[in-house]
Formats: sequence, structure tokens, C-alpha cells
Amino acid sequence: MKGSLIILSFFVLGLILGLTRFLPDTLLEGDFSIYALYLLMFLVGIGIGTDRDSWKVIRQVNFKIVLVPLSVIVGSLIGVSAVSILLSSINFGEAMAVGAGFGYYSLSSVIITEFHSETLGVIALLSNIIREVITLLATPFFVRYFGKLAGIASGGATAMDTTMPIIVQYSGKEYAIIAVFSGIVLTIFVPVIVPLILQFL
Amino acid sequence: MLQDIIIVLAIMILGMGIGLFIGNRPKVIKIVGVLTSFSIFLLLFLLGIGVGTNDRIINNLHSIGLQALILTLGAILGSLVCAWATYKFFFKKTN
Repeated sequence: MKGSLIILSFFVLGLILGLTRFLPDTLLEGDFSIYALYLLMFLVGIGIGTDRDSWKVIRQVNFKIVLVPLSVIVGSLIGVSAVSILLSSINFGEAMAVGAGFGYYSLSSVIITEFHSETLGVIALLSNIIREVITLLATPFFVRYFGKLAGIASGGATAMDTTMPIIVQYSGKEYAIIAVFSGIVLTIFVPVIVPLILQFL
Repeated sequence: MLQDIIIVLAIMILGMGIGLFIGNRPKVIKIVGVLTSFSIFLLLFLLGIGVGTNDRIINNLHSIGLQALILTLGAILGSLVCAWATYKFFFKKTN
């Protein structure tokens, strides 16, 4: 939660500077955000590679556990596709790209901004932050009506870090490893699925 | 655009290879973590600037917020239903 607030404050700071045009023109015209994205992806890759604990978790899993992130992927994509009917300005593919953030708002919004549009990037940022916030607030309710995987499903990629404490509290300690596994798989899939969806828009 | 996407994914895979090679070196991992945070801050800061100077987004901010909320509710509800089915058929009995 603290991390989200810091990230959001950087976004808001940029927003204010942009609104007030209190900026040198070079910063506005130069398109160096793609290089920043390259750097970020490189670092995310190193982060995944060096994370021995995650690789260990992935090696230990059985067939059943794989179904959990799969449910989140299928459910999120079907869910956003369904509600996209209500939204006149967002098509099916755009909705799926936003849904495929699975709560990983920083990376998904940046990729969507770079490869599609700023408008959809902002929608992805807000939508995936809201996903984390709703999970933090409503997990007790979700677990009661949708079973013990509910918090993990709602949290998506955040189930491995920010929403894990609340998930463990309401589903039990034995679900911690499933939460971490599902979160890791979804985190790795975001930078793969989002560009793929955008490619086939 | 496909070319850009391939470049981005190739860079990530290169990073993963280097990460696997580096292995468990806490100091390096810590530095990578800090740099990752900073590049996310930078990119979101730049997105903020882009949004602030984009009148089309600013004038439609309330509608963008509402669209984001609706998409989130769809994503969460879809995930909950699928996870409920997975729980019911594969997890519940054995626990």
C-alpha cells in the first residue's frame, strides 16, 4: 500500500507539472520513455532471474496449483470482455489489455501507454490500482462467498506481496504458498500477455 | 509495433538470463530492486506529464475513472467465479 502511494505521488507530480506546463520543452518533446521502458524490462528480468525462492516455489508445485493463476487469467479476461459491452469508447481488445494487468499497475500501464495510447494507459493504471485496493478491503467478504481462493484471485499479481497478508489472514497459512505462486506466475505473464493482446487489437 | 514488443520481451529475457547467472548475491539484488523502483517512478512521472499535457484525457478524467472502475469490477468478478469453480472442484475436498 505504501508502495502504491509513492508510485501514485510520482504520477500526480508529473500530472501537476504537465497541467501547469511548468516544464522545459525538451522534456515534453523528447520521447525517451521507450528507453526507460527498456531499462525497466531489463531490470524486471534480472529481478525474476535472481529470485531463487520463486524458482524453488515454481519447481515444487503440482498440477492443481497451476489452475489458480489460470483461473485468474481466464476469469479476468472473460470478465473485462463482458463489461466492455457497457463501455462505448473501449473495445474488446483494449478491455482485455487492461484486464491482463492482473493488478500489476506500474508495468501494465507503462506498456499500454508505450504501445497503445496514454488514455488507455491511465485507465490501466487506475483500474489495476483499484483492483489492489478492492482486494485489500473486500477479501473477507470475497472469501466468505467465493471460497478460500477468492483473495488470491482478486489480488492477481499482487497476491505475492501487497495483498498477501490479508489473503493469509482470511484463507489460512496453507494458502500463502499458493498466493505466492499465483502472484509470481501472473507477474511474469503481464509483460508477455499485455503486448500480445495489444498486437492483435 | 511488433518489432518494439519483441525488443522489449527480448530485453526482459536477456535480463532473466543474466539474473539466473548472477544468482543469489544480495547486494546486486538490492541494487537491482532500487533501480527497478526508480525506473517505475520515472515512467509513471513521465506518464503523469503526458496526461497533464493531454487535454483530451484531462477533460474526460471522470469518465476515464468510471471506465477503469467498471473494468476492474469485471476482472475481479470473473476471477472470483473461476477461482470459486477451481476451489470447489479441485481444492475443497482434499482440505
